[in-house]
Amino acid sequence: MAEDDIILSELSDDELVLQMHDDLYDGLKEEIEEGVGILLERGWTPYDVLTKALVAGMTIVGADFRDGILFVPEVLLAANAMKGGMFILKPLLAETGAPRMGKMVIGTVKGDIHDIGKNLVGMMMEGAGFEVLDLGINNSVEKYLAALESEQPDILGMSALLTTTMPYMKVVIDTLKEKGMREDYIVLVGGAPLNEEFSRAIGADAYCRDAAVAVETAKAFVARKHNQLGA
Amino acid sequence: MTPDDATLTEAGLEPTHHGRILLIACGALAHEVLALKRLNHWDHLDLQCLPANLHLWPDRIPAAVEAAVEKHRDAYASVFVLYADCGTGGQLFEKCKKLGVEMLQGPHCYSFFEGNEDFAAKAETEFTAFYLTDFLVRQFDAFVWRPMGLDRHPELRDMYFGNYTKLVYQAQTDDPALDLKAQDCARRLGLAYERRLTGYGDLARELAVVAAG
Ligand code: B12
Repeated sequence: MAEDDIILSELSDDELVLQMHDDLYDGLKEEIEEGVGILLERGWTPYDVLTKALVAGMTIVGADFRDGILFVPEVLLAANAMKGGMFILKPLLAETGAPRMGKMVIGTVKGDIHDIGKNLVGMMMEGAGFEVLDLGINNSVEKYLAALESEQPDILGMSALLTTTMPYMKVVIDTLKEKGMREDYIVLVGGAPLNEEFSRAIGADAYCRDAAVAVETAKAFVARKHNQLGA
Repeated sequence: MTPDDATLTEAGLEPTHHGRILLIACGALAHEVLALKRLNHWDHLDLQCLPANLHLWPDRIPAAVEAAVEKHRDAYASVFVLYADCGTGGQLFEKCKKLGVEMLQGPHCYSFFEGNEDFAAKAETEFTAFYLTDFLVRQFDAFVWRPMGLDRHPELRDMYFGNYTKLVYQAQTDDPALDLKAQDCARRLGLAYERRLTGYGDLARELAVVAAG
């Protein structure tokens, strides 16, 4: 196969970044890890490697999933490859003073153990400079509240893929309201069966169709929050 | 004549144009509906099936159902939609309301085979179960294994199923061969195995109402 003949270290920066987008698309974790290493050696900042090679590549994967060109396993493999690259970059990002956008607590709601989309959102949020605490699957209102209190994030993200579990998001939001905590957080919700109407009806701040929209929405809300605080 | 499962997964089944009432169903229910028709002599019910693999893209179900209803409704006294919500987040219900046709109750087939009430009662304790029906046991490779990429990437298995504890085979029929196959599915997924004979559950109850109508 021609692919095998490509020697990553011999590519120019631009070629290498494009090759990494391809490798991410094909879910090639080792190649991604190698590419990250090469760019770092060439003096790229960890933040540039993250955004230009990994996040940009994963955005292509996300768009093709949305358009029905890719299906779940391809997304999962790509996410896995990106995770390999992130693992190398994460400690370096903190050291090199990469921009910090804010903090998010994210988890799948009680009774639901779908987590592929939630994991992808968490990773892309990290890629965009958010600190992310992932509560995993099957989260009760108590677990969400405990995390909100201990972490004091800007954003609470909830995921549900089942019609039977999506109403639980309202339980969490109603509890926040009861405790007078609702206005302290930006609440973003997502998962394939949800839509904007549902998000409005349960009192979330926004529904996000995919990870790219989640990142843009989170950035916009956080900026607004900071402006309000500054005013 | 019962169509083969591969056809039901990819293409569906055209109506025979005999009968007063048209049932528009998910391909995964074809065998069960035809069995109930035979058993109860419901000759006035005709059956059309949409491809079962629409399940992998639930957002496409409402439009597919709408097209089928529009195409055939003039030829029948009434139409009934044999889909549950199936992950459309209420969109299929809204669509059926708009079209003026009724549909099955409940979130998905695993729930109505068990009986929606019984299934809901189990939800608290059984959310780490992965369910298979007769159709899914027969079509396990075409419906679960291959679409999830496990034929090409077996290493993904635990990313999908790592949080699951058991496979529950909800048997519609008492078939030792399917029982064995379901056990093998559980083994391949690395899950414990449980078999429950559910029969046709709420599908039979709701169809009886439709047939009498
Ligand atoms: C993969 C999958 C599985 C995998 C899950 C593996 C895992 N570890 O997550 C397996 C095979 C194990 C599985 C199991 C089950 N599943 Co399933 N599954 C799917 C499938 C095919 C894809 C979901 C997915 O991962 N998509 C890929 C990701 C990338 O997309 P996403 O999840 O939508 O996430 C994106 C956006 O929604 C958004 N987003 C998601 N979360 C969040 C959160 C926030 C905060 C934000 C901002 C955005 C956001 O961004 C993400 C990235 O772009 C869907 C059908 C579908 N096409 O949606 C059915 C589906 C959700 N499953 C369904 C069912 C019924 C089940 C089972 C009950 C089936 C069974 N046989 O037992 C069990 C459920 C067990 C349980 N208690 O949870 C039904 C739900 C029906 C209903 N009425 O609710 C569906 C719709 C299929 C169907 N039509 O029958 N499933």
